[in-house]
Amino acid sequence: MSDRKKDHVTGTETTGHSWDGIEELNTPLPRWWLWTLYLTIIWGIGYTIAYPAWPMVSGATSGVLGWSTRANVATDITAHEAKNADLVTALLAADMDTLPADADLNRYAKARGGAVFRAHCSQCHGSGAAGAKGYPNLLDDDWLWGGQMADIEYTVRHGIRNEQDADARYSQMPAFGEMLSKGEVAAVVEHVVSLSNTEYDANLAGTGAEVFANNCAACHGETGTGNRDMGAPDLSDAIWLYGGDKASLTDTVVNARFGVMPAWGARLTEADVRAVAAYVHALGGGE
Amino acid sequence: MDYFKLVILAVVAAVAAVGANWAHDLAYQVHAILIMTVASGLFVWVLRGIDEPKPVAETGYADGVIRAGVIATAFWGVTGFLVGTYIAFQLAFPELNFEWAQPFGNFGRLRPLHTSAVIFAFGGNALICTSFYVVQRTSAVRLFGGNLSWFVFWGYQLFIVLAATGYLLGATQSKEYAEPEWYIDIWLTIIWLSYLVVFMGTIIRRREKHIYVANWFYLSFIITVAMLHVVNNLSIPVSFWGSKSVQVFAGVQDAMTQWWYGHNAVGFFLTAGFLGMMYYFVPKQANRPVYSYKLSIIHFWSLIFLYIWAGPHHLHYTALPDWAATLGMVFSIVLWMPSWGGMINGLMTLQGAGDKLRTDPILRMFVLSLGFYGMSTFEGPMMSIRAVNSLSHYTDWTIGHVHSGALGWNGMITFGALYFLTPRLWGRAQMYSMSAINWHFWLATIGIVLYASSMWVTGIMEGLMWREVDDQGFLVNSFADTVAAKFPMYVVRGTGGILYLTGALIMVWNMWKTIRGAKPATAPLPTNATPAE
Repeated sequence: MSDRKKDHVTGTETTGHSWDGIEELNTPLPRWWLWTLYLTIIWGIGYTIAYPAWPMVSGATSGVLGWSTRANVATDITAHEAKNADLVTALLAADMDTLPADADLNRYAKARGGAVFRAHCSQCHGSGAAGAKGYPNLLDDDWLWGGQMADIEYTVRHGIRNEQDADARYSQMPAFGEMLSKGEVAAVVEHVVSLSNTEYDANLAGTGAEVFANNCAACHGETGTGNRDMGAPDLSDAIWLYGGDKASLTDTVVNARFGVMPAWGARLTEADVRAVAAYVHALGGGE
Repeated sequence: MDYFKLVILAVVAAVAAVGANWAHDLAYQVHAILIMTVASGLFVWVLRGIDEPKPVAETGYADGVIRAGVIATAFWGVTGFLVGTYIAFQLAFPELNFEWAQPFGNFGRLRPLHTSAVIFAFGGNALICTSFYVVQRTSAVRLFGGNLSWFVFWGYQLFIVLAATGYLLGATQSKEYAEPEWYIDIWLTIIWLSYLVVFMGTIIRRREKHIYVANWFYLSFIITVAMLHVVNNLSIPVSFWGSKSVQVFAGVQDAMTQWWYGHNAVGFFLTAGFLGMMYYFVPKQANRPVYSYKLSIIHFWSLIFLYIWAGPHHLHYTALPDWAATLGMVFSIVLWMPSWGGMINGLMTLQGAGDKLRTDPILRMFVLSLGFYGMSTFEGPMMSIRAVNSLSHYTDWTIGHVHSGALGWNGMITFGALYFLTPRLWGRAQMYSMSAINWHFWLATIGIVLYASSMWVTGIMEGLMWREVDDQGFLVNSFADTVAAKFPMYVVRGTGGILYLTGALIMVWNMWKTIRGAKPATAPLPTNATPAE
């Protein structure tokens, strides 16, 4: 077992042991390896002196540099807040309708609003604000509840059909499946198609016009152009929140829709609410 | 003894039957039925064997269980790679979360299936079967405990099946790499302690004076994993008849315990255990002595001492106090050289065997695995530095880092070990096709390169996009912007996965041909290749 011999390739002695034919050379530790290990240890000791590291009886050593993740973040935030303090004051005091006229303030509001939008609104409305099925496109000028600065600000602050805010925008379309016959539903769908499309069954749409006048016109208007006071969509513009094909329209008429938006007034700061309203207003469709 | 077994099996089957009836959730019910079926099957099997003449106790090395382990390693490897490739494409093309396959085929349920299949099923079986092989050869003695090693093998397979089906059916304790619920954890504890008994018993009865270095690593892996597993899974079941349990630790203590476990699963399961593999197969395949005995001692003790403290670097910039994060980072960086000790000892063992690299694709796999080991054990300490981590944390860079370690180091060394073991265990002169090994080598290598480089690019890109702020301090990108930007790299990553999977399939074909094809070159096979509890 313990017979040391020289390895012919390296000229190094073996340790004299052999396991299943495996031997070991008695090579000393590589110098660079050992010194790098020592270096990392020395560096480590230094680092733990410089930074918070060693747990004590109560609390831990805070390090000679006085470094702290929480303090650093707080410093960063304070620095930016100080830099923007005047603009925030101006934003809080600004008349929202004339905000776009003030170039500096408008630029700040849009940058801030954009950050708020990307963090809180993009999940539903999309990071480019183009919306998705059930979530309105905010780039166009087709507004359900109004596209003036004050309208948008109100919608952001109070939300739509939520239960957190008593002032939330609220309206509810009835589920006409319980009131109309299947034939009437098919007819009114055909009529709605006819409002924005050239291809439709004129006979059926004619019947549907009567159903529409009796059941739908109260909210959507005689000509189907909608009513922003009730959040009733314009049905004549070929822009559809839930789809404009007959199957989707039938689904909408039979079961109704009930889109909800949270009230952001309770979750964002006042400046954030104003900023995000300015951002959305400036996306292209603001009135 | 047989009557004792019958009583145990009958009780287990009966309790499982009650469990199947009273189960609070689907996963528990399916598992109860599974356990009932296994226990009653074994009951009948034991019953039929009573008063039958016992086979003569075997001498020589216990290789049947290792043969089974080799097959299980290859099987779970392919399964894990397949699921991994699929979920890689799910991230690129979310439509692959098919509506009809919900909720079972959801990314969220397939992902732990992938990680557990490759780490615990593929890696675990590789570690168990190679450790059984290595400890017998280097101790010059048969495995301790008779059929206990078979119990470890089959028990471990049952653990894998319970864990995998549990994930798909929604039973998880939501701790990364420790997802299985309480009753599966208890079962694994029993298996693992049996594994320890077999391994330790064999070492104690060794006929060599000294314990070979590979066995130090294997033993440290087995003991530490037992400790990590038990502590991190301390939980109280909500009901004995349901899978849900509540963790004992809460909040940041729970997070710290989890990453103490998680990081040392990497450190002891995927590093120490596989270094044990390396210390046997590399000198064997190269037919050269290990480079430095001293280095192996120093790097072993420094590695196992340091690794256990490095966990907090997973929790930089979280609720974890700064001091704990600092210590985690410092220990991670000091860990750099101890980790590299293994690489140096492996690579320098090739001194005088360099010419074999041209002709021996198996040796080339070992070298490549050591290369990736060295690279990821440098990348790891670097990523643990707080400033680097603030960019890399939560990004795909971490995923790339893990995979260059897992695919490069763990995967390649396991493939090499399987190519080493298969001809020897089945008595063949060599593998059926050496050129197929070459193909496997290159497919896997290109696959890893595609995977790692695409994840570096996308990881650093999204890290930079997340932190990008304008001159007034506002964030520039939304999260969805970063997701959209990653799409091309996700396709590259998936392609890398396909190459890696293809290589593994070629290996399975090659193993099949080796085992099934040529005539045994040497002694006939041992007779008791059937499982016995």
